[in-house]
Amino acid sequence: MTGGREMTGARETARPVLCLCGAAVRVGGRTLWSGVDLEVGAGEFVAVLGPNGVGKSTLVKVVLGMQPVAAGEVSVLGGRPGESGSRVGYLPQRRSFDPSLRIRGTDIVRLGLDGDRWGIPRPWGARRARERERVEEVIELVGATACAHRPIGRCSGGEQQRLLIAQALVRRPEILLLDEPLDSLDLPNQSAVAALVGRICHQQGVAVVMVAHDVNPILHHLDRVVYLAEGRAVCGPPSEVVTSATLSRLYRTPVEVLRTGDGRPVVVGHPETPAVQGGPHAIAG
Amino acid sequence: MTLATAGPSAWSQPFFHHALLAGTFIALAAGLVGYFLVLRAQVFTGDALSHVAFTGAMAALAGGYDLRLGLFAGCVGAGLLLAGVGRRGRADDVVTGSAFAWILGLGSFFLTLYTSSRSGVTGGGAGTTVLFGSIFGLNGGQTLVAVLIGAGICVAVLLIARPLLFATLDEAVAAARGVPVRVLGLGFLALVGACAGEATQAVGSLLLLGLLAAPAGAAVRLADRPFLGLGLSAGLAVLEMWTGLAISALVPTLPPSFAIMAAATAVYVATFLFARLRAVGPAVVTME
Repeated sequence: MTGGREMTGARETARPVLCLCGAAVRVGGRTLWSGVDLEVGAGEFVAVLGPNGVGKSTLVKVVLGMQPVAAGEVSVLGGRPGESGSRVGYLPQRRSFDPSLRIRGTDIVRLGLDGDRWGIPRPWGARRARERERVEEVIELVGATACAHRPIGRCSGGEQQRLLIAQALVRRPEILLLDEPLDSLDLPNQSAVAALVGRICHQQGVAVVMVAHDVNPILHHLDRVVYLAEGRAVCGPPSEVVTSATLSRLYRTPVEVLRTGDGRPVVVGHPETPAVQGGPHAIAG
Repeated sequence: MTLATAGPSAWSQPFFHHALLAGTFIALAAGLVGYFLVLRAQVFTGDALSHVAFTGAMAALAGGYDLRLGLFAGCVGAGLLLAGVGRRGRADDVVTGSAFAWILGLGSFFLTLYTSSRSGVTGGGAGTTVLFGSIFGLNGGQTLVAVLIGAGICVAVLLIARPLLFATLDEAVAAARGVPVRVLGLGFLALVGACAGEATQAVGSLLLLGLLAAPAGAAVRLADRPFLGLGLSAGLAVLEMWTGLAISALVPTLPPSFAIMAAATAVYVATFLFARLRAVGPAVVTME
């Protein structure tokens, strides 16, 4: 919350790239969450955690300007949400590609670069060459060079996710919004993609807001955690938020955070509280 | 139908030149629209529109108007309606399916209305013309209209091609990027409607689905670059149109609609063989 600013100190001397102040969201007459304060600085890795249906994806939609807030203020890169265009990269909750889809991964990445322009691309010219270079560069950055020229339907889940992250990154955004990018990946791919996102975040200075079910694969890359539950939010460094006391208070039921052998916390007894789950299933978490 | 006049000398006849000219633009439009129809998994919508094409044309005849007026009005209107009813500008299967059986019944009602009000012979002829097409029966004026509409559809598809591809493959990201996903879906189905009306003149409402789906299906199977696939789809459609017209001119007993569809189906089947050959290819390379 407000205390989070001092906690991560040095990085936030500049203006935050993303700022929510007392934000509340109503969907279909129901208040999903309210009083959410969040500041994200450049190059910070923030995870949005919480049970299903609590409004995690809605938080991302608010930042994108696709969902208005009912109360409070939201500022994205100093402006109103939805007005920053290519300065915000977005990876929606996945949908994997049809195995029969024969479009190459590199073409999917290129659509992220020029997909909103009218007409058909000209296959010549300096601009075209520059764009091709950028696409190759970003595909190399995510480590998907080997599979980029295969039909995307034939790529594995991890390869598809890397290509989609490349698509979100291709216009050099300052904020990257990732909605459950580790969902439906196997364990090795989860930690590989998590490490990739952490590397992009800290090396390229891109602020990352990642919605996640499971904090474990991303925990040691994180700068900050937003935990949404029961219409409220707690924000702070993972060591403070992911604790038995904080989570138990959020859920109003006992939640235990255990330590593994190498000191990583594991959330146990994750309660799917009926009060939170009672809403319409159309509202994704 | 002017099948009786088709023969070895058909090459030099004006009706054949009209058919070649109109057919080229009809095929171009069908190839371009069909590619997105296949990618968006909306081929079924094209099928529904073929029924509307028949009903629209029959309604126009029954009301005493030009057949083509009903054809285009019906198809474009139905395309927009399907887009409006279907969620997010994408007509879903149940909506499409329940609408089109009823519409075909309505078409037979209009046909009966038309035939009972005029002489039975011409009425039946008009029904057959719309159902199976009569590309060899186009006069100069009709050819010009077909060429202009076909060219218009091509220009429109090429203009929206890139954002439409983005919206097709990645709707959520495209919407977040500011692509007007819903308007594009609506506009595209209006184009599909116009294209269905256009193609009905060449191959008839019963067979137009083949002209929309077969070249595009082959192109989707052959090309893994989207804009190459788009061009290939249009190119294949034109080649199949020319082949069909040529076969029909050489063998007068084969109606052009059949010959065009036969060529289109042959190419589509050939892509399966090609895919198999390609699948064998890399295995041979790794053996070396």
